[in-house]
Amino acid sequence: MLRFVLRRLLQMVGVVIVLSFLLFVWLRSLPGGTVSAILGERATPQTRAALTKALGLDQPIWVQYGSYAKRLLSGDFGVSTGVLPGTDALDIFLTRFPATLELSILAILLAVSAAIPLGYLAARRRATWFDNTSILVSLVGVAVPVFFLAFLLKYYFAIEHNWLPVSGRQSSGVDATRVTGFFVLDGIITQEWDAAWDAFKHLILPAIALATIPFAVIFRITRASVLDVMEEDFVRTARSKGLTQRVIRGRHILRNALLPVVTIIGLQVGGLFAGAVLTETVFNFGGVGETLATAFTLRDYSVLQVIILAAAITYVIVNLLVDIAYAIIDPRIRTR
Amino acid sequence: MPTNPFSSFGDRKKRRIDDLAATAGDAERQPADDAKVGAAATGSAQHAGNGGTQGPTVEDAGAIAGGAGQSLLASAWERLRRDKVFLVGAGITLVFVLLALFAPLIAPHDPTKGLLLNQVRQMTNPVPGAQPGFPLGGDTVGRDLLSRLIVGSRQTLIVGVFATLGGLAGGLTLGTLAGALGGWVDSFVMRAVDVMLSIPSLLLAISIAALAPEPSQITLIIAIAVVQVPIFARLLRGSLLAQRSSDHVLAARALGVRPVSIIFRHMLPNALGPVIVQATLVLATSIIDAAALSFLGLGNPDDRQPEWGAMLGTAQQYLGDYPHLAVFPALCIIVVALGFTLMGESLREALDPKSRR
Repeated sequence: MLRFVLRRLLQMVGVVIVLSFLLFVWLRSLPGGTVSAILGERATPQTRAALTKALGLDQPIWVQYGSYAKRLLSGDFGVSTGVLPGTDALDIFLTRFPATLELSILAILLAVSAAIPLGYLAARRRATWFDNTSILVSLVGVAVPVFFLAFLLKYYFAIEHNWLPVSGRQSSGVDATRVTGFFVLDGIITQEWDAAWDAFKHLILPAIALATIPFAVIFRITRASVLDVMEEDFVRTARSKGLTQRVIRGRHILRNALLPVVTIIGLQVGGLFAGAVLTETVFNFGGVGETLATAFTLRDYSVLQVIILAAAITYVIVNLLVDIAYAIIDPRIRTR
Repeated sequence: MPTNPFSSFGDRKKRRIDDLAATAGDAERQPADDAKVGAAATGSAQHAGNGGTQGPTVEDAGAIAGGAGQSLLASAWERLRRDKVFLVGAGITLVFVLLALFAPLIAPHDPTKGLLLNQVRQMTNPVPGAQPGFPLGGDTVGRDLLSRLIVGSRQTLIVGVFATLGGLAGGLTLGTLAGALGGWVDSFVMRAVDVMLSIPSLLLAISIAALAPEPSQITLIIAIAVVQVPIFARLLRGSLLAQRSSDHVLAARALGVRPVSIIFRHMLPNALGPVIVQATLVLATSIIDAAALSFLGLGNPDDRQPEWGAMLGTAQQYLGDYPHLAVFPALCIIVVALGFTLMGESLREALDPKSRR
């Protein structure tokens, strides 16, 4: 098991190195190049030359990549030029990351807790109206643009009926103490229940919008996987042994059917981030996703860089954790 | 792939692609295999019958008997013709394509002219309502909404088709190189493809779009096309590998057919089935992704060429009072994406007897 984890860790380092190299190439091929990206278009030739030398852009490319990697490792991503001019890009990222994390966690919880039971039921009642309706719903769920769903939810629940807040993470009147940056968690830690409840209400609509695509995907995988397992020999054996339906369904079918579902949940994390860019923009949520959209509009490359790298690393780490979880659940994987 | 250092990431995504690729390898054998075709016919009958039929019907029995001497495509078509899901998807797609082709003829008004501009009042009436000749009313600068929706289908089709073709061209080149040459070319290409698959696709598209100094329709197409490249590359490589050891390739080699011609005339045509399936599904995602990028301001900035995603994006400001501005373009996107998805899914089912989704 330890060897398995170590091997996966090494692979992860490999992916991150390749990613950082891609990012390096990406930064260098930006319109106008790195110097213009930092100084803007109006810099004098002297300052350009000075910065070119200071950044080591006159050095061979592998030396440049080396120093670039060294800067990244020391957490130096440069200073924001557009989102919050003058602020350290990493700091901007770190203060806004908890918002996105909080939102994504709630969204994936929603998606999983709805998709697995529904997928299981749809498979059990294969080719009934329930099955057909849920397949249709999941197909539509993938076809609906996330930001449009966010619009709809916002329009109906927040603007028309005023049941839930329109935007942001916390109502302006609420005075909350900040501990971790996770607003709901903060409210619970400091026992400011009003603030926690208020923050939670702000999370509901964006989380639902964000949860649709993972829901649709997890639903379909669960359904297909349960259908597969139901026809396995060991299920027939269990039946012929006279085991109760409960044991067959819980221990033989569901447990085995959930194996591929675990992997797909990990994969959805990447999609979640993309969805967060859209939902956070609609709800002015103030997380990393919205910041990415703003940073793009303002061409704030330092901030873009941190967010893209962090998103990719998070994705890779989550998938590593999923792989480890998978190996724990299913011993066959380790020997592969 | 026994020694793939990146095999852990995106396993499921890859396996799905590989499963699809594997269906190409079987292509030669399937029609002769009555049991398999029979099983597939049962599957599609249940799928199509909306819960009514369990097991093969008389019609299916006919299809199975007739299927013995048919090519895979013919028997797939035989099944598709009775698949309601496929017919609905294909119908939507057909209407959409016709609409896009003849948009200027169908649209009642010029989508670029502010015909209702004289009714627009910044404070009291920013969006002209429905009226005779303008069934959906106008937009914020008095242009006919219906005409814009109809002409908008063109941009959506152009972006979707060209992004898919671009992804296909890139993936075809890389996949053929990897699958045909093997060796270090294969490992190198596949490592690159795996890293690309490990980046969330919309994020990758955004990063690529960011490379352009000015957002335009072409940068939008390129950004979405690049994201599709690894999917097609992996798919093609998989099906080429599956065929390399198959009998028809061995026969061609034994007859002394040149390697290039084996690849292009004996292997690639057999790999096309799964590629077409994937392309149909990719069309749906690229339309949705294009809408998302337009919404983020990475699309075509020229709003004289109406585009559903961009229309949806601008409608956001008027959401409170004029939700219909957002609802109509969104419905168009949803219906078209659904059409392509339904068509792709039922194609996959028809071509892959094992599938039961």
